Amino acid sequence: MARFDGTESYIATEDLRVAVNAAVALERPLLVKGEPGTGKTILAHEIAKALGKDLIAWHIKSTTKAQQGLYEYDAVTRLRDGQLGDPKVADIGNYIVQGKLWQAFTADVAPVLLIDEIDKADIEFPNDLLLELDRMEFYVYETRETVKAKHRPVVIITSNNEKELPDAFLRRCFFHYIRFPDRDTMTKIVDVHYPGLQKALLREALTVFYDVREVPGLKKKPSTSELLDWIKLLMVEDVSPETLRQRDPAKLIPPLHGALLKNEQDVHLFERLAFLNRRERG
Amino acid sequence: MFFGFLFELREAKVPVSLKEFLVLMDAMRLNVAAYSVEDFYYLARTALVKDERHLDKFDLVFGHYFKGLEAPADATPAIPAEWLKALGEKLLTDEEKKQIEAMGGWAKLMETLQERLNEQKGRHEGGKKWIGTAGTSPYGAHGYNPEGVRIGQEEGRNSRAVKVWDKREFRNLDDRIELGTRNIKVALRRLRQFAREGADLELDLDDTIRSTARNAGWLDLKLVRERRNAVKVLLLLDIGGSMDGHIRTCAELFSAASTEFKHLSSFYFHNCPYEALWPDANRRRVEHMSTLEILRTYDPSYKLIFVGDASMSPYEIDEPGASVEHFNDESGAVWMGRLLAAYPKAIWLNPVPERYWGGTMSIGMMRTLMGERMFPLTLEGLDRAMRRLTR
Repeated sequence: MARFDGTESYIATEDLRVAVNAAVALERPLLVKGEPGTGKTILAHEIAKALGKDLIAWHIKSTTKAQQGLYEYDAVTRLRDGQLGDPKVADIGNYIVQGKLWQAFTADVAPVLLIDEIDKADIEFPNDLLLELDRMEFYVYETRETVKAKHRPVVIITSNNEKELPDAFLRRCFFHYIRFPDRDTMTKIVDVHYPGLQKALLREALTVFYDVREVPGLKKKPSTSELLDWIKLLMVEDVSPETLRQRDPAKLIPPLHGALLKNEQDVHLFERLAFLNRRERG
Repeated sequence: MFFGFLFELREAKVPVSLKEFLVLMDAMRLNVAAYSVEDFYYLARTALVKDERHLDKFDLVFGHYFKGLEAPADATPAIPAEWLKALGEKLLTDEEKKQIEAMGGWAKLMETLQERLNEQKGRHEGGKKWIGTAGTSPYGAHGYNPEGVRIGQEEGRNSRAVKVWDKREFRNLDDRIELGTRNIKVALRRLRQFAREGADLELDLDDTIRSTARNAGWLDLKLVRERRNAVKVLLLLDIGGSMDGHIRTCAELFSAASTEFKHLSSFYFHNCPYEALWPDANRRRVEHMSTLEILRTYDPSYKLIFVGDASMSPYEIDEPGASVEHFNDESGAVWMGRLLAAYPKAIWLNPVPERYWGGTMSIGMMRTLMGERMFPLTLEGLDRAMRRLTR
C-alpha cells in the first residue's frame, strides 16, 4: 500500500501523515480544518502527487448544491433541441451532465477527490452527501441507473469553520486540525520553497513574522502563505537582514507590509501603535 | 480492547460513537499505526475527535487512561495565577502576607493548591484540607483562613457585591440549547429584513412567460436573486454577578438569535459597558476589544441589542472610576451615550420582571439613558422590542 510521507514541496507533520494514511487505508474521507493559509487545499494536491493519482477538485461556493456534484439534468438544452427537432432529444442520457463525484467514482484508477471549503455551502449540503460518501454510490433517476465507485477515491474535505458540520457527517470522516506551524516547522517549509535563501534573512523574517502575529487585535493574522509571499518580495526587492533587524519602534510597520497585512484596519492598527510609540519616546 | 477509553472519553463529553471506535479498531487491524504510542495517539485522535474544541479534552483523557505509557498531559485545571495574586494583594494585611511567606510564599501556596486539585475528586464542604466551601483550608470559598484562596464560589453571596472575584464562572453562553427556543425564534423573526442578494438563482415565472412570449415562443428563462434575511444585529450581553439567576433565559435568547441572524456579532460586558468589551466571556482576562473599535467596525445599520438586568450601584453608571472591575476613566453613561449615538436602532432587554423595575434605582437610570427603550425579556416583551426596532 502506498504511504504518504510528505513530498519535497510539502512538509507534513507526523500527526498529519498518520491521519492521511488512516484515511487512505480505510477508504474514508479526511476532513481537514485549520487557519486560512496553512495549506489545506495544497494538501490534496500533494497527496495526489505523492500517491501518483489524479486530482479531481470540487470547489464549493455558497450556491453549490450537493446534486451538482453527482450529476445535472440539462433540461433547458433538451427543450431547445426539442423545439429544433434534433433527434438527440429521444435519449435523455444525452442531457445528463456528470458531476465531480461521478467522475471520481468512474475513473479507472482511484483518484484523489478534493471537496474544497465545504463550509461555504448551505447548512444542509453535507447531509445531502452522507450516503454518497459512505457507500460511494448514487442513483440517477432520469436514466434509472446506479453509479457505483469502481475504486473508492481518496476524499479530502477542507473546512474553514464558517459553519458547524452535522454530527452524522463528522462520524463518517477522519479529522485533522492543521495547527499553525511552529518556528522549526516553518523554517523547513520556507526551506522547501526557497532553497537558496540566506539563513540570516530567514531568521530575521521569521522573527518579524511571529512578532506581527503576536500583536493583539489583528483582524487577519498573517499565515504561511502570506509569509511565503512576503519572503519572495523581500528577495525580489533585495531587502537585507540588517534592515529587518532594525527594531526601531517608530518604524513598527515591517517593510513591504502589504504582503502580510491584508486589511486596512490592521494597517491602521500598526500605524497607531507606531504613533503611540513615537509619542512615548518624544 | 480499550473499551474503558471509549467510556472515559464519553464521560469527558467528547462526543464519540461506537461507529468511530470500530473504525479505530479497523485501522489498528490494518496496521496504520505501527507499534508506536505516538502513532497510536495520532490515529486515535484523527479517528475519534471531530472538532478542534475537543482536542484538549481528548489529550487529557488519553493521558489519564494510558498513564504509564508515555503521557505528558497535565491534568490540572489552570488557574490564572495573576488574579489570585491580585486578590491576595487587595485583601491581605501585611501581617497575613508574612504568614504566607512563612508557608513558603505564593509559589508554594499555588503548588500545594495544584496538588490538592489533583487529589480531590468531587465536591467538598467543611473540613480543613480539601478545597470546598466554608472550611478553614486555605483553598475554597467562604472560608476563614487569612490566606484563603477562593475558587469558583457558585453565586455572589450578595447580589450587589462590591467586587466580584469569581472569575471562573464567566462561561460563554451556550447557544446549543434548542429546547424552548422556538418561541423566541418566532418573536425574533419580526426583525427579518428581506433583501435580494447573491447570484440569480430563482426562476422568475412572470418574467419568463412575458419574455418567452415576446421571443415568439422560444424559451427565454429569467432568473432573480434569492431573498435572504439581511438584518444585522450587534448583541451586547451582561454576564456574571447578578446575571447568574437569568443565565438560562439569556442562553436561550442567544441560541435563538445565533441561528436566526446571519450577521450577528456578540460581545460581553459586566453590569455596564465601558471602554472595552469582551468577544469571549471565558477569555475576558486576556482578550478585549475597545468599544471605540467596535463603533468603527460595525456600521450604523446594525441594530444594537443590550441584554442585562441593569442592576448595579448607581455610581457604576454615572461616576468615572466606579466600575466594579477596573478603573474607568469615563462613566458608563458616557459610553452608553456613544453607543446609542452610533446605533440609532437600539433596545435593552431586561430579564428582571417589569413590575420590579421601580425597586432598583439603576434600572430607572438605564431606562432614561435608553430613552425608555427597555423591555422585559419575556416573549411578549421581546415582541414589543422587535416592533420597536423595526419602526
